[in-house]
Amino acid sequence: MRFSNTLRVALRALMRNTMRSMLTALGMIIGVGAVITMVSIGNGAKVQVEAQVASLGQNLITVMPGSFSSGGMRGGFGSATTLTPEDADAIAAEVPNIDGLSPEVRDRTQVLANGLNWSTNVNGVGPDYPYVRNWPLASGAMFTDQDVKSLAKVAVIGKTVADQLFPNEDPIGQTIRIRNLPFRIVGLLTPKGFSVFGSDEDDTVIIPYSSHMRRVSRRTNISMIRIQAASPEKIDTVKLGVEDLLTQRRRGREPDFTVRTQEELATAATQANKTMTGLLAGIAGVSLIVGGIGIMNIMLVSVTERTREIGIRLAIGAHSGDVLTQFLIEAILLSSLGGIIGVAAGVGASQFISNYNGWPVVVPTVWIFISVAGSAFVGILSGFYPAYKAAQLDPIDALRYE
Amino acid sequence: MPPVVQIKDIHKIYDSGEIPVHAVRGVSLDIHKGEFVALMGASGSGKSTLMNMLGCLDRPTKGTYLLDGIDIDKLDRNELADLRNQKLGFVFQGFNLLSRTTALENVELPMLYGRHRKVSTAEIRERAMHCLDIVGLSQRFDHFPNQLSGGQQQRVAIARGLVNSPQVLLADEPTGNLDSKTSVEVMGVFQKLNEQGITIVMVTHELDIAHYCKRNLILRDGVVVRDEAVKDRLIAEQEMGKLKQAEAAAKLTAAPAA
Repeated sequence: MRFSNTLRVALRALMRNTMRSMLTALGMIIGVGAVITMVSIGNGAKVQVEAQVASLGQNLITVMPGSFSSGGMRGGFGSATTLTPEDADAIAAEVPNIDGLSPEVRDRTQVLANGLNWSTNVNGVGPDYPYVRNWPLASGAMFTDQDVKSLAKVAVIGKTVADQLFPNEDPIGQTIRIRNLPFRIVGLLTPKGFSVFGSDEDDTVIIPYSSHMRRVSRRTNISMIRIQAASPEKIDTVKLGVEDLLTQRRRGREPDFTVRTQEELATAATQANKTMTGLLAGIAGVSLIVGGIGIMNIMLVSVTERTREIGIRLAIGAHSGDVLTQFLIEAILLSSLGGIIGVAAGVGASQFISNYNGWPVVVPTVWIFISVAGSAFVGILSGFYPAYKAAQLDPIDALRYE
Repeated sequence: MPPVVQIKDIHKIYDSGEIPVHAVRGVSLDIHKGEFVALMGASGSGKSTLMNMLGCLDRPTKGTYLLDGIDIDKLDRNELADLRNQKLGFVFQGFNLLSRTTALENVELPMLYGRHRKVSTAEIRERAMHCLDIVGLSQRFDHFPNQLSGGQQQRVAIARGLVNSPQVLLADEPTGNLDSKTSVEVMGVFQKLNEQGITIVMVTHELDIAHYCKRNLILRDGVVVRDEAVKDRLIAEQEMGKLKQAEAAAKLTAAPAA
């Protein structure tokens, strides 16, 4: 028999039992739909994490002080007090391929303004900070090198602080008191939302690092240096350059600093996400297998139920191969049809979730092809045994079957 | 002209149970083109087994069977399927039409399995319609089996048996599930086909049905005990007339116009 005829015979057989065919395909629709939805959600989360990592700044390198060690007691990373603004100046002056650099001094303290008070992160940074963090100002202007040199009492505040202290007014030009010193607000940062690590990025006040060290925290060391490399390819070069320079400046003492790149950070952040996506896809994959077993089950039942039909076909001249092909095609048609509808359902569900929950959802094109091909493959796998069983029937026994 | 069916001393022994069952014990038979044979016998006489072997659905344990000059012993499963497709037409007691499949599509089925000839979809349709026309059902080509009466279903099955222009039309108790009037109607179709030169072999256990055939074979315990030509052959058309008159007399139906 010609293949087109087998195809026609298989199609007719499926059409004869539209309801059963649809229900059988439903297993596949749900399986594939689940895979597409899960992967889309996972992918969306990945894209979001990537965006958050990128929001830390681009091509970022951070320098942290090493661990503090005294009399056998060792602090963690960043506990040493040996990183200085002079280190930052030296890096800016001597290491090439740097686009921007900002020292950073961290502190958490109560700030007052407008008769209200609020405990927040008060960080001393350089004028390049908004650029390095890829964090533009919503209004006002960033303080300048001149402000750093003159230990100016100026501040730029984040959205959360603005909301808390100046609920109904424009904070620009207002005064905020930090450790009883009045700072003039010159700028307002754009809202950034939550960081990769879950803290509110907008809950911050930034002032010149020099002012912070001399007037607020009275420290001589800085918490970290953020450096932006000129391009992604230069990250490693800059990292090595910074390490060399700092080692040189330590003149043979133990290296007491750590240089990390953003990529290392991103890897850590996406790792958890990858595990999650894998888990979701795994669960969805199980439902795909269940769908396949459903098809196999229906095909087996169908072979028994259609024994007489098979007997008739064999009696009037069907080869075993024709019967095998017919049942296999039926299984493949069911599963691929289910797969295609499942992709549509999955894409629809993803859109729905995206609209309803506001989760970022990214439908991966590759997975659409994987799902459709996978469902056809499941069809072959689950259809083969029933098809083989049907093909092996004896025409006389099949005709007599009640 | 050699016989269409040529059987020499065939035996069939079923070995599945504890005691082997010798169902057919040496039957020799020649059936020529244009014959109309009724195969009769009580239950267990071996007539169904013989019919299965005639239909190339089963192989004899011993003996030779030449169908249209081809020795079926030398053919494999698929070649037998081709032989059934090209040389034989089947009509079953239970009609055995595909459910939820139109009359036309049922008749088309054997042509879809035809291997040697490449036939276009339009030609398949045309030939199936022609065969439905022969059995007088071309008006109902798009009906499903459950929308047809028993007699109509059997006529669709006959059309399906005819569609590949077989050498022999084999009918296994074709009137077994039909009432007497419908049986006569179906026998009328067979007689008409036989007049056009189609060889028919049918199994029946109804004596009156066998009288519509030209030759009666009686089987008992696996051997042919009688093989004779039918003397006072019944003609379906006349019998139909008689039945109608009888029905009219019994006020079952309105009186015929004649």
